[in-house]
Amino acid sequence: MSRQIDQYTPITGPDVIEQLHQLAKPLKGLRVVHVNATKHGGGVAEILHKMIPLMNDLGIETEWEVIHGNPDFYSCTKMFHNAMQGSQMQIPERLFKAYEHTNRENAESLKKSLYDADIVFIHDPQPAPLISSIEDHKGKWVWRCHIDANKPFRPVWKYLRNYVSQYDASVFSLSAFAQPLPHPVYLIPPSIDPLNEKNVPLARSECMAVLDEFNIDPERPLLVQVSRFDRFKDPIGVIQAYRQTKQFIPTLQLVLAGGGASDDPEGELVLAEVKAAAADDVDIHVLQLPDDSHRKINALQCAATIIIQKSIREGFGLTVTEGMWKQKPVIGGNTGGIRLQVINHHTGFLVNSPAGAALRIRYLLRNHDKAFEMGIKGKEYVRENFLITRHIREYLTMMLSLIYGTKHRIDLK
Amino acid sequence: MATGKRARSLVGLRDHLETIEQESIYYHFWGGLLRPQFEDYEYHNDFASWAAHTLNDRTIAERLGIIDPTKFGTLDQLRQELVELVDERIDELEVFPWAPRDKQFDFIVSDIVVFTTKKTIGEPEALLSIVPEMSLGSIFYHFIDARRRAPESTDDFTRWLMNYGKRYQDLIDGIMGIDPYLTSLSALRDELTEELSKHFMVNK
Repeated sequence: MSRQIDQYTPITGPDVIEQLHQLAKPLKGLRVVHVNATKHGGGVAEILHKMIPLMNDLGIETEWEVIHGNPDFYSCTKMFHNAMQGSQMQIPERLFKAYEHTNRENAESLKKSLYDADIVFIHDPQPAPLISSIEDHKGKWVWRCHIDANKPFRPVWKYLRNYVSQYDASVFSLSAFAQPLPHPVYLIPPSIDPLNEKNVPLARSECMAVLDEFNIDPERPLLVQVSRFDRFKDPIGVIQAYRQTKQFIPTLQLVLAGGGASDDPEGELVLAEVKAAAADDVDIHVLQLPDDSHRKINALQCAATIIIQKSIREGFGLTVTEGMWKQKPVIGGNTGGIRLQVINHHTGFLVNSPAGAALRIRYLLRNHDKAFEMGIKGKEYVRENFLITRHIREYLTMMLSLIYGTKHRIDLK
Repeated sequence: MATGKRARSLVGLRDHLETIEQESIYYHFWGGLLRPQFEDYEYHNDFASWAAHTLNDRTIAERLGIIDPTKFGTLDQLRQELVELVDERIDELEVFPWAPRDKQFDFIVSDIVVFTTKKTIGEPEALLSIVPEMSLGSIFYHFIDARRRAPESTDDFTRWLMNYGKRYQDLIDGIMGIDPYLTSLSALRDELTEELSKHFMVNK
């Protein structure tokens, strides 16, 4: 196996990989650039870290650029993020100006790379205005929205739409998030990389060492939620669910593990709230882990009895995918992309409140066979639908449509 | 791909059905076969399923659910039937149930990508060994999608066997007798395998 992409064959089967080679063939020689706002932290950066080399491996020259800004820029884009997820944010004019100014500055430094790229992928609202500043650009520009935009705060979406409507296409993770736009709107869920350190199988001794490091008892039931410290992930709601369950199962432990993302200024504040809510309960482990703690996250997920992702808004929820890949039942918030992954009674349970989560936690802790069966189903569901190979296939398909103008049928025979 | 068209009630559904591109109607009848399924769905097209599970209108769900798309010569005829049934239900109702904002009916279209498997056979007898190994996507392409590609609306297996004149007429009749609707792709593959087994084992 000489190529990186071929290393996925034992996981996906040979047909999947052969299809990627066939799709990539007519695209060889194209130059593609992805632009986002952070190299580390969050699902987008994680996907790009793997997707860029794999695309290059398939013969498509693919680069990744990151825009940089000052604290006002990140405050503004965080408010955009919250507004796109439905919060009514009153954004001061000063922050809009910082946003536009930052994008103009970044456009200057990225102009050379973006001007004649065949396809440019702009991820999320942060770099969206770049398209306005790279005049007479040659290629196709695609806006990729990773956010739950089911019910955006209208004034903010109206502002962003001015930029987004200039693109040649956009991509949303779910049909429910897609907004009416004057160009093709693709629906492509994100994915996990089964060969990433966060998802490869670990030796039991490595998992045990991680549990030992954090004083977690491997003999007692463990709930794990892995998420950045963000109110939309509802870490306080998870603690409430844990406390309600703990009355009946006193041995229960909870891990809330997250890192920061460089484009998220609210993280520290939420982390402080979570620590305050955990108070002096020694069975609640609030872990702030460095960005590169992939193997530790992997170990915690492997050691979990149940994976929790009790978000109240969620773009997709790759931590759900990761948990399912480790054959764990998942209790997830009934929102966004979690609905696409957590199929009630099959791969886990969707819940709408801390009480709902507590009920399902108790059920799964009492019904081990059911929990085990859900774990098996979940892993196969991920294998079929949410691995990076499927993600690349859909990106390649979209790129073929954009470059060759095909509609509804692409014949590679 | 999203079409940008959404419905929250039967009225909205009817209005979009009138104008939505044919490919969307095709997707909402047949696309379910390619989506992962954990259980045997009660309704086999997305319109009926949404009416039942989101609008809680079992009456229209049953009427839509019984529609067999293979009985319509064109997608426009199928569209007309859908519009008629939804119109009829609208006339019966005084108050229309509404879908929650995040459970609207999203009209979707899909791109079909056709790959070569690099597997070819020269004689019909070889179908017996290759069909049980076919991927579900391949079954969809040769048994269902084929009906849109061929002017006479037949599947690829039948069309190929017809090249041999009357020699495989029993097998052709058997394959043409398989109902492609209200089933799954894996069940279709099993039925095809059974027809091939019956024919080639008997004529061995």
